[in-house]
This record gives sequence, C-alpha cells and structure tokens, in this order.
Amino acid sequence: MASVPLTDALLLAGILFVLGMAGLLARRNILLMLVSIEVMLNAAGFAFVAAGARWGQADGQAMFVFILTMAAAEVSVGLAIVLRLYRRYGQLDADLASGMKG
Amino acid sequence: MLHLLWLIPAAPFAGFVVLALAGRRLSPRGVASVGIGSIAVSAVVSLLIGAAFLSAPPAGYAWTQALWTWIDVGRFRPQIAFYLDPLSLVMTVVVTFVSLLIHVYSAEFMAGDEGYGRFFAYMNLFVASMVVLLLADNLLLLYAGWEGVGLCSYLLIGFWYRDPVNGRAARKAFIVTRVGDTAMAVGLFLLFHELGTLQIQPLMQQAAAQWGAGSPYAVAAALLLLGGAVGKSAQLPLQTWLPDAMAGPTPTSALIHAATMVTAGVYLIARTHVLFALAPVAQHTVAVIGLVTLLMAGFSALTQHDIKRVLAYSTISQIGYMFLALGVGAWAAAIFHFMTHAFFKALLFLAAGIVIEALHDEHDMFRMGGLRRELPVAFWAFVIGGSSLAGLPLVTAGFYSKDLIVWSAWSAPGGSPLLWIGAVIGVLLTAMYTFRLIFLVFFGEAHSHVERRPGLRMTVPVLTLIALSVVGGFVDTPPGLGHVTLFTRFVQHALPAVPRAASGAGGLTETSSMLIAAAAFALGLWLAFELFLRRRRSAEALTATTAGRAIHALWASDWGMDWLYDRLFVRPVVWFARVNRRDVVDLPFLGAALLTRGAWAALSRSQTGRVRWYAAAVMTGTILLVAVVLFL
Repeated sequence: MASVPLTDALLLAGILFVLGMAGLLARRNILLMLVSIEVMLNAAGFAFVAAGARWGQADGQAMFVFILTMAAAEVSVGLAIVLRLYRRYGQLDADLASGMKG
Repeated sequence: MLHLLWLIPAAPFAGFVVLALAGRRLSPRGVASVGIGSIAVSAVVSLLIGAAFLSAPPAGYAWTQALWTWIDVGRFRPQIAFYLDPLSLVMTVVVTFVSLLIHVYSAEFMAGDEGYGRFFAYMNLFVASMVVLLLADNLLLLYAGWEGVGLCSYLLIGFWYRDPVNGRAARKAFIVTRVGDTAMAVGLFLLFHELGTLQIQPLMQQAAAQWGAGSPYAVAAALLLLGGAVGKSAQLPLQTWLPDAMAGPTPTSALIHAATMVTAGVYLIARTHVLFALAPVAQHTVAVIGLVTLLMAGFSALTQHDIKRVLAYSTISQIGYMFLALGVGAWAAAIFHFMTHAFFKALLFLAAGIVIEALHDEHDMFRMGGLRRELPVAFWAFVIGGSSLAGLPLVTAGFYSKDLIVWSAWSAPGGSPLLWIGAVIGVLLTAMYTFRLIFLVFFGEAHSHVERRPGLRMTVPVLTLIALSVVGGFVDTPPGLGHVTLFTRFVQHALPAVPRAASGAGGLTETSSMLIAAAAFALGLWLAFELFLRRRRSAEALTATTAGRAIHALWASDWGMDWLYDRLFVRPVVWFARVNRRDVVDLPFLGAALLTRGAWAALSRSQTGRVRWYAAAVMTGTILLVAVVLFL
C-alpha cells in the first residue's frame, strides 16, 4: 500500500484548517460558524492522525478520539447557546449578540 | 502627699472626658459641678502638695514622678513623668488656683449659653494641658501640653462660632502661634540630635557639659525655643494674634489670654535657662524683644476703644516685662511678675466681664461712663487691679514685682541703663492707659443703662482676686521696705540666683530706682487724669491735628503690624493660590490618571461585542506567536 507522504497530509490539514477559519470569520450565521469550527477541529485531528501514522505511534489516534469527544461536548454547549440566541433575537446572526461591547 | 501629683492634670482631664461625652445629657447644674469640681480637686491637691513641699522639701528641691514609658524607640525613650521643683510648683499652684476662681465665675457668666457644657469641657481640657505643660519632665511631653493649650485657645476664641469674625480670630491665633511652634519643634529636633535626650534636667546638664558659652548650637537651640516662646506669649514679632483673641468669652480671655497660657513662653525660657545662659546673644535678644514689645503694646493700649483690647495690649506689655527680666538674667523676678500678673490681670478681665455683661455686650469704653455707683464691685476691682497693674507704690502686688524687674533691668548681669530707661517709660505708659480705662468707664457722665448686676458666684472670685492682687506682692519686698525675700529664695532653688546688687553701675541704688519708677507712675496717673477726665477736650484736640491723627492711627492699628503681615505674607500666599489654582505639584499624579483613562478608552474600543472579531484577534495572535517562534 503506497503510503501518503506526510507533507501532503499536513498540507491537506492546513488547507482544511484555513477553510474552516475563513468560514468562521466570514459567516454571520451562528450555525454555520459552528460547522466551520467543526471543520477546523477535524483538520487538527487529521494532522494528529497523519503524524501518528508517520512515526507508527498510536498517540495520534488516541488524540483524535480526544478531539472527537471534545468536539461533541463543544457542540452541545454551542447548540444550547444557539437555541438561547434564537429565542432572544429571533435570528441566527451572531453580530446581533453584541450587548457586551466596550 | 507628693505622690498625688498625677491627680493635678488627671482630674481636669477626667472632667473634660465626662463633659465631652455626656455634656449634653447633664443639666447646667451638673455641668457646672463637674467642671468646677474637677478643677477644685486639682487646686486643692496642688495646694496640699505645695504645703508638703514647703514643710519637707525633697532632696535637691526636686522630685520626679514617673508614670510609664511613653515611647521606646532606640535611644529615644521619653516617659510620662512629672517633675516638681519650686519653679513648676509655683506655676502650677497659681494656674490651678486662678483657674478654679475663673471656673466659678464662668458658672454664672456663661449661664444660659447653649454651649454651656462645651465651654466647660474646653476649659477643663485647657487646665489639664496647661498643667501637663508645667509639670512635664521632658520637652516632648511639654510640647504635647503646649499644643494642647494652643488647641483649647483656638476652640475657645472661636467658641461663638456662628459669627465668622470669631472663627477668623481663632484661625489667626492658631496660625500665628503655629509659626512659633514650628520653630520650637525644630529646636527640639536639634537638641535631641545633638544631645541625645529630651529629658529636661539631663539635657541641661549635658548642654552645659558639651557646649561652651556662645557655642553656635546653643545659640541656635535657644533662638528656636525663643521662637516658640514669642508665638505663645504674643511677643514681637508674633504678637498680632492676641488682641483679636479677645473675640472669645471673657472668662477665656481672663484664663487663657491673660493669666496662664500666654505666660507659657516665659515658663519655657525659665525652664531651659541653662541654654540661654550658654547663649548670651539669644538671652540679650530676649531682653530686647521684651523691651520693644512692652513699649509698643503700651502705646497701642493708649488708643484702643474696646475695653478688652486695652487689657489685651496690657497683657502683651506685661509679658514684655517678664521677657525683659528673663533677658537680663533676673529669673526669679520674671516668675514673681508672672504670679502677680496672673492675679491682677485675671481680676481685671473678670471685672471687665461684669461691665460688659451689665451693659448688654457693650465693649466700647467711650459709650460707658459713670459706672462707679452702679457697679461698685467692678469699680473697686478695676481700681485695685489697675493700681496693681500700674504699680501703685507700697500697697499693691504689681508694684513689688515690677519694681524688681525695673531695678534688675539696670543692675542684673545683662542689664543696662538703656533697658532701665525703657522699663521706666513702660511704667509711665502702664499707669496712663490703665487710668484712662478707669476714668472713661467709671467716671464722667453715664452713657448707658446697667441691665444686670453680678451675682454671688461672680462676686466671690473677684473679691478673692482683689485680696490676692494686694497681698500677693508681700512675699518679696525690696531692701528698703522690709526686705522680705521668701519668694526669690524659694524659686532660686530651681533658677540661678541673681546677686541683688545694692547699687548698679552709675551709682543708682535700688531705692532711688524705686522712687523714679513711682514718680513715673504718678506722672502717668496725672497725665491720664488731665487728658481723659479733667480736660477731655485737650485729648481730642491733640488727636485732631494731622500728626496727632497719624500717630493715633498708627498706634491704634498696633503699629501697622497687621497691615504689614497682610502685605508681606497673606496677600502673596493668596495671590499664589489664585495663580496656581491648577496645582503644579498635582500634575504628575493627574498625568498618571489621564494616561490610565486614555488606555482604558483605547482598550474598551477593541471590545466590539462581535464574536467573529474576537476569533480573528485570537487567530492573529496565534499566527504572530507561531511566526515569532518559527522565524526568530
């Protein structure tokens, strides 16, 4: 089985991460912002897996499981916030919730 | 018996505490009994201690009661300790006894005043502080008493605080004496730094051992202490506060601004006489200040209209005599004059209080007159107290004490004919302004109606002081008149003796000096009689001429001292305050505040409340950090 070079894997992880970041910064819809964060988390996870495969260690896989768990917890809190925001403002625009500005 | 010494200051202080805490809840009768009772305890104890001291003098004519150590820091270990010797004993007995009489008088004089309890609380605090000042074993405790009496003086001058004039007078007294007190504090620092102790007796011994005569340290220390003394005792150049201090209630003027507090400067100089003996320059300055003050105040007293201001200038003038005596080295004479002055000046003020109250708060002598028959007690008090003040020969206390000073001004070690001539002119002036007052107030035609006559509690203290103003002088008489030297011999256990020369330089004998002083008294009396009773018109004609009016205005304004100080100090300070309204010194602190505010504004602008903005900031920060780690 031809192994994928580490640089390619890391490049893909980087592209995914930047895509997620761009989505996070560009979107105003809070639901899509959460999705973008998910993409970024998975990009990071992918980098771990690729690195683990390169050195033949299981730590990369273990780390990915951690990230997966954390992402689930994060999404549950995030969705709760989304629900509250929607009840309050009737929309999903994140910029509306700027009452704490200086 | 001597072990009760602590009770003399403690009793009035306890009275003060009770009156300050519960004065509003006590009835006027209760207030008076607490206020007078505490002073009575103090006076009785001091009389008993005086008797015990005289009958069985302690070793070395000095006795110390150490209560506890006040402060213990390194070498600095001042104690709360009281030092009893003939000097402090005489002062304490006179102060507590005169205070008692004045408190009894006040119980009636102040009756009906809404601040009755407050008045007695202040008066008790004053007596406690004054006794601490007198009995203090070290200069620090003395300074505490010194500031205590200053505080009470301020509180009592401004006692009727609703009138802004009184508050102004109180502040003036406080600030002017503060100038002197600062000099004195610096003097204490110098003494402690150089000699390592503030306990008076070791300090004096060490000063004598360590510094030679005329040493610059001794001169500086003596002059700084003199600064404190001239402030408290209202001598040139800090005398301007005392005439205005008459804004206080009359018993206050009698007690604080005539009999006791203002003589604290005299006491301080007598207490530290070793320093002044080491610094002949400073001691000569004391004599000159005394002489100039006594003459200036005498002239000013001649032109006043307010009865209390005449007495105030007279007080300044008489303390000038005491300073003169201290300055020429006649220590005992100064203390003798302090004692007789306390009697007759308290008497004069109390009698003035009777007159003022009888005429419903009238202070102007030119609106009084003919009160001889209406107010016999006040009249006789003024005749006897005034004669004592002016030095009516043979029968009054003031004659003996003042005669001793006049003679010492020539014959004592530091004396000179010039000082003597000044002192004799002072006698003439004293007689003149005293009898001017008596003639204006009690003779001539009546201008006003008597509304209130003094009761028993006002009369008895006045009668007691009348008696003391007469017999107080017989404890020390000149060689030609019985040659009693009880007082001098007693006080000289604490103060250096003056050789009482039979004749001074130039062949003047004590008897002829006395005769000349008596002649000066008679001349002053005659001038007052001519100008202010028999030919009032001639006095008016004298002041109507241009020169006469100018001199009158000059004297009436205390030689323009207030005007001078106003131009010299008050106006520049006010001008500077106005120019410097935005305090320059504050700028660094204001700058720090402004910087913080600017930073706050900038940072709070970055808090937009937009989540995406924060995410971008986090990203940028991360990228920057990673870049730093990778590329630097």
